[in-house]
Amino acid sequence: MEGGYIGGPLTRRFLLGQAGMAGLALATTPAWAQATIDLGLPGGPSARPITTAFPQKAAMILQRSRPPLLETPFEVFDKGVFTPNNEFYVRWHWAVIPTEVDVDKFRLAVRGHVNEVLSLSLQQVLALPRVEMAAVNQCSGNSRGFFEPRVAGGEWANGAMGNARWIGVRLKDVLDRAGVKAGAVQVRFNGLDEPVVSDGPDFMKSLDIDHARDGEVMIAYGMNGEQLPLLNGFPLRLVVPGWYSTYWVKMLNDIEVLDRPDDNYWMKTAYTIPDTPHADIKPGETGVKMVPINRMVPRAFITNIKTGETVQASAPTLVRGIAFGGDTGVARVDLSSDGGETWQAAELGKDEGKYSFRQWEARFALPAKGNYTLMVRCTNSDGVAQPAQANWNPSGFMRNVIESTPIVAA
Amino acid sequence: MPRKMLPLALVIVAVLASIAGRAEPLITLNSVTVDLPDSGRMFPGPGSDAINNNCLACHSAGMVLNQPALPKSAWQAEVSKMIQSYKAPVSEEDVAAIVDYLASMKAAR
Repeated sequence: MEGGYIGGPLTRRFLLGQAGMAGLALATTPAWAQATIDLGLPGGPSARPITTAFPQKAAMILQRSRPPLLETPFEVFDKGVFTPNNEFYVRWHWAVIPTEVDVDKFRLAVRGHVNEVLSLSLQQVLALPRVEMAAVNQCSGNSRGFFEPRVAGGEWANGAMGNARWIGVRLKDVLDRAGVKAGAVQVRFNGLDEPVVSDGPDFMKSLDIDHARDGEVMIAYGMNGEQLPLLNGFPLRLVVPGWYSTYWVKMLNDIEVLDRPDDNYWMKTAYTIPDTPHADIKPGETGVKMVPINRMVPRAFITNIKTGETVQASAPTLVRGIAFGGDTGVARVDLSSDGGETWQAAELGKDEGKYSFRQWEARFALPAKGNYTLMVRCTNSDGVAQPAQANWNPSGFMRNVIESTPIVAA
Repeated sequence: MPRKMLPLALVIVAVLASIAGRAEPLITLNSVTVDLPDSGRMFPGPGSDAINNNCLACHSAGMVLNQPALPKSAWQAEVSKMIQSYKAPVSEEDVAAIVDYLASMKAAR
């Protein structure tokens, strides 16, 4: 699979065999990161250390130490639809991240265009009606490393995503408790992280008032039955089902109701996409209207067969994986074993809710020995299917091309 | 792993009228203290003084070294973004040295 976990730790000989950049990679791998994997990024550099050095985290792909960018190793997605907390990917913008959170002292502010300013303790938050929802959290730039031509940014393979059962309260209930005044336009969310540079733009994101009050957007204090890992936003994190993770503000401690559209850097400039189908433009194209990234789009992945793997010819082979519909549920998943000429419907696994990963499986038999390409395509409940052509934009956002996995029948 | 969980500081039991009687697992929130590792790595090779002195305050070197080869104009744009959008305090002469380093290290073929 493109971007799947390709091979295990690289040998020193392999690394030394790569002129120039490989020597650099060796010299710049932190001492605490041991094994290395190859993410298969076109043109490289493709090797990344595997690290267990981060708190509350198992073995993760090290994309950046500070502030942490940790990618979920792809084989984790074959284990089930829920991504374990200690293998859930991590992404921070600024390096000033509190390393200590005292649950007695923590307060969530609700302020701005409201009738009553609130400062809620965690006890008060947990006393609100409890809701649970399975939802995929995916970085806007998941799979950026596969963009061609390549673009700058976090050079993720496909592991900047995860699915959890979120436990918390409705944002609507919190807003209602403060009492939103007439004329409210957006709601802005801020967390405990801070810019390293004093005049740098603090990371904040906003949702339209109707979206914020839709009863689905949550403030989560639980993730898969436990409190959130600190690096995933302990103690509170916004959950915006169906929307990219940039809106899922971590360590949420400040909610401000605005009577005007938010024009802060992280809404107006960063995390914007071309206002075109699939956020797709030609490399170098300019003068395109840009809008804030928003709803996710469908994707499907094979999780049990890796790129280049050999299967038996003329024999039934089981293939399975995960899919998600983006901003709605999975309607169907189709598999092709002939490079997209013909398709067969996969069998869908248990429905954990429309915003969740959904497992699928199918069986195929390759007619003779030779090279083949498996392709898997998700169509969501709105009838939106993954495109055959990869999109391109300068930020490397919203990739959802049909995944192709070259295999060999022998 | 350099991690220490504080003693149980607060146990919050979310028992509500709406779920009374249902045997749901309860979430308890405990204070957390962690240590975050830093790579401590520097940019290697000649011409690396400016990038080491200016860039590592905000992010570790690996972020840059994991980038693909890009045209010099793309590196110029990245450095400008760091200064203009993210307010990195970089002097004008260091800008040129940083861009030159990146362009030589990560030049598009």
